[in-house]
Amino acid sequence: MDCPSGRQMRISGWGRYAAAEARVHSPDSQGSLNGCLFKLDSLIPRGLGRSYGDSSLNSDVIATGRLDRMLAFDEKEGLLKCQSGVSLAEMLDVFVSEGWFLPVAPGTKFVSLGGAIASDIHGKNHHREGSFSDHLASVEVMLPNGEVTACSKKENNELFKATCGGMGLTGFILNATLRMKKIETAFIKQKTLRAGNLDEIMDLFEGHKESSYSVAWIDCLAGGGRLGRGILMLGEHAERDEAQGGLSLKGGYKLNIPFDFPGLVLNSFTAKGFNAVYYNLHSRAHESLVGYDKFFFPLDGIHNWNRIYGSRGFAQYPFVLPKEAGREGCRRILHKIGASGRGAFLAVLKLFGRGNENLLSFPMEGYTLALDFPVTRNLFKFFDEMDEIVLAYGGRLYLTKDVRMSGEMFRKSYIDSARFMEYKHALDKAGKFRSLQSRRLGI
Amino acid sequence: MSRVIVFGAKSDMAREIARGLAMRGYDLYLAARGHEEIEPDVSDLSIRYGVKVSALEFDLLDYEGHKAFYEGLDEKPSGAVCAVGYLGEQKKAEKDFNEAKRIMDTNYTGCVSILNIIAGDFEAKGEGFIIGISSVAGDRGRQSNYVYGSAKAGFTVYLSGLRNRLFKSGVHVMTVKPGFVHTKMTEGMNLPPALTAEPHEVARDVLRALKKKKDVVYTRWFWRYIMLAIRHIPEAVFKRLKL
Ligand SMILES: Cc1cc2nc3c(=O)[nH]c(=O)nc-3n(C[C@H](O)[C@H](O)[C@H](O)COP(=O)(O)OP(=O)(O)OC[C@H]3O[C@@H](n4cnc5c(N)ncnc54)[C@H](O)[C@@H]3O)c2cc1C
Ligand SMILES: NC(=O)c1ccc[n+]([C@@H]2O[C@H](COP(=O)([O-])OP(=O)(O)OC[C@H]3O[C@@H](n4cnc5c(N)ncnc54)[C@H](OP(=O)(O)O)[C@@H]3O)[C@@H](O)[C@H]2O)c1
Repeated sequence: MDCPSGRQMRISGWGRYAAAEARVHSPDSQGSLNGCLFKLDSLIPRGLGRSYGDSSLNSDVIATGRLDRMLAFDEKEGLLKCQSGVSLAEMLDVFVSEGWFLPVAPGTKFVSLGGAIASDIHGKNHHREGSFSDHLASVEVMLPNGEVTACSKKENNELFKATCGGMGLTGFILNATLRMKKIETAFIKQKTLRAGNLDEIMDLFEGHKESSYSVAWIDCLAGGGRLGRGILMLGEHAERDEAQGGLSLKGGYKLNIPFDFPGLVLNSFTAKGFNAVYYNLHSRAHESLVGYDKFFFPLDGIHNWNRIYGSRGFAQYPFVLPKEAGREGCRRILHKIGASGRGAFLAVLKLFGRGNENLLSFPMEGYTLALDFPVTRNLFKFFDEMDEIVLAYGGRLYLTKDVRMSGEMFRKSYIDSARFMEYKHALDKAGKFRSLQSRRLGI
Repeated sequence: MSRVIVFGAKSDMAREIARGLAMRGYDLYLAARGHEEIEPDVSDLSIRYGVKVSALEFDLLDYEGHKAFYEGLDEKPSGAVCAVGYLGEQKKAEKDFNEAKRIMDTNYTGCVSILNIIAGDFEAKGEGFIIGISSVAGDRGRQSNYVYGSAKAGFTVYLSGLRNRLFKSGVHVMTVKPGFVHTKMTEGMNLPPALTAEPHEVARDVLRALKKKKDVVYTRWFWRYIMLAIRHIPEAVFKRLKL
């Protein structure tokens, strides 16, 4: 079947800094996708464009928007098979009311299944549940030669390890089967704790390893003894008798929500600064019951928040440092940001559990910190300097949020990068699957 | 719940309309040629909305087969959507009658053939709805697509007459006139973004209009006024325009 001729348009990453004029093809069947692989010399898959940088940019792009069907659901095992263009938001819409949740939820639900796999995304439960690909029963990939191959941890494992986290460079993810998680209600029991500095917050993470979900917001403007002060947020799925609403968010809350934590943080981070929120948490610990969407996707309620940074866009600096050296490394980086006077106001900190075997997956056991910066002059030079610290501590940057790292940084920090490249080149001899990012990194 | 049959179910517009109908609880028949291709839609709609859906092989140009096709349905529908269409190539249709005929047959003759059968059944039952996707192209002939336009004009008039006939039986007949829509039909064309709708917007308009039992819907809505203006240009002037 023919490849749809596509629409010419300007597309960009979520950070809006990287952009490209592209022909966007949207096949609606395996047959027409095959036509695209046959017709185009160079292409990259694209889901919902939530990657921050240039991972899903190229002059020809194959969008998954029309490949958005749910194919099968096994109620006993909670196995959901979908085409790669189905979004996590749609899965939640259909399955929360049936008592099923995503095994791993990122900070936005407007992510496609294909994007979630290609970036092997992580959530606030990484320390207990690992990454997205750890919950996949099977992935079907259309390889660069047009063949369709299924892979999993058990079958064609090398393809699985290269495709999960492989940023769309090993082929086109057609379908995947995800193991959903059983829930009793649509609500999360949320607990917030304050910490006066980085050590305190890291101790809190260690002390709450049993929590299902944990994440912290760090005040990047505080220095000295308060360096790294922040708020730790913990969460547990509420059980049946703990939330009146049950599986419906509309059903109402059993407890009142005294204030809307992340929304308040965001609003006041532009208005009043971190202090307002910090001191609002009058007691050290604070509990409430919130709907899952508020807990997991606070930013989704703010339409196009990526525009608050203006037309030049923003760039995130997302890194992970291995646990042993993590505290010291994070401290050095926060110092450096403080000293530079650049406005990263808020940072998100999380403790990762052990990484998996995928060749390019980001998580490794340790601390991950993500900081947003408006794009200004010399920002990337500053990032280059930070790279040296990250590298020195044995860490790496998250590919799906990267827009500027050097090929050298990539090769040195991703220890399996050589193996990935070798595998990819054997699979894709003509180098058909490529993005602006893969070119920049010399993959 | 009552069942709706969608003809041309592979069309982008039809897919979105089918989703909207399933969301409102209608069971569905998805009729298309090459129906294996819509098996993914069958599972999708039943998983998402918990409705009964099946795919049926259907060729609008196989007039002879239409009666048997309809009689073969074990559960008769109480709603029908006809989204089949063929834009074709105007230049080719000017020289090659086969192309012209295919355009006329797909946008008009075939629709008449199948809808006649359905109208008879709905009329006898005294209930149901029929939604025909026509086009603004049928509101006035333009040199760039008048073979297609004339077939759509025929379909529009057919639907209007059908509405008149079935009114007393309580059957709702709705004419949908999309302007530009981003679909496979218009893929690769340079459509003005401000005037062009996405298929899900068309579906939203159609479902709203169905609920309100509208007779004629333009989608996007402003096409009603664009076409009003275009229809009022005197022929002496219109014939000189490059449209
Ligand atoms: C507000 C916000 C919060 C976020 N929070 C988190 C978080 O908590 N944790 C986390 O891990 N990530 C997070 N992310 C990042 C996001 O989850 C990833 O970038 C994800 O890959 C985006 O999916 P997408 O569908 O938008 O993919 P795109 O951005 O369109 O593509 C991303 C990559 O996936 C590839 N790809 C997409 N579809 C396919 C396919 N069918 N086959 C092969 N390759 C494909 C593309 O080629 C590209 O390399 C966040 C992003 C935002 C905007
Ligand atoms: N897109 C626009 O801008 C626009 C504007 C106004 C009106 N319309 C009308 O809207 C309707 C839906 O079209 P669309 O835009 O969604 O385009 P589309 O995707 O091309 O849909 C047309 C559908 O008709 C089917 N079809 C053609 N001949 C058939 C036959 N003999 N038997 C069975 N099915 C047949 C096609 O199936 P195959 O895949 O098998 O060919 C296709 O699925 C059409 O009536 C079209 O004329 C479209």
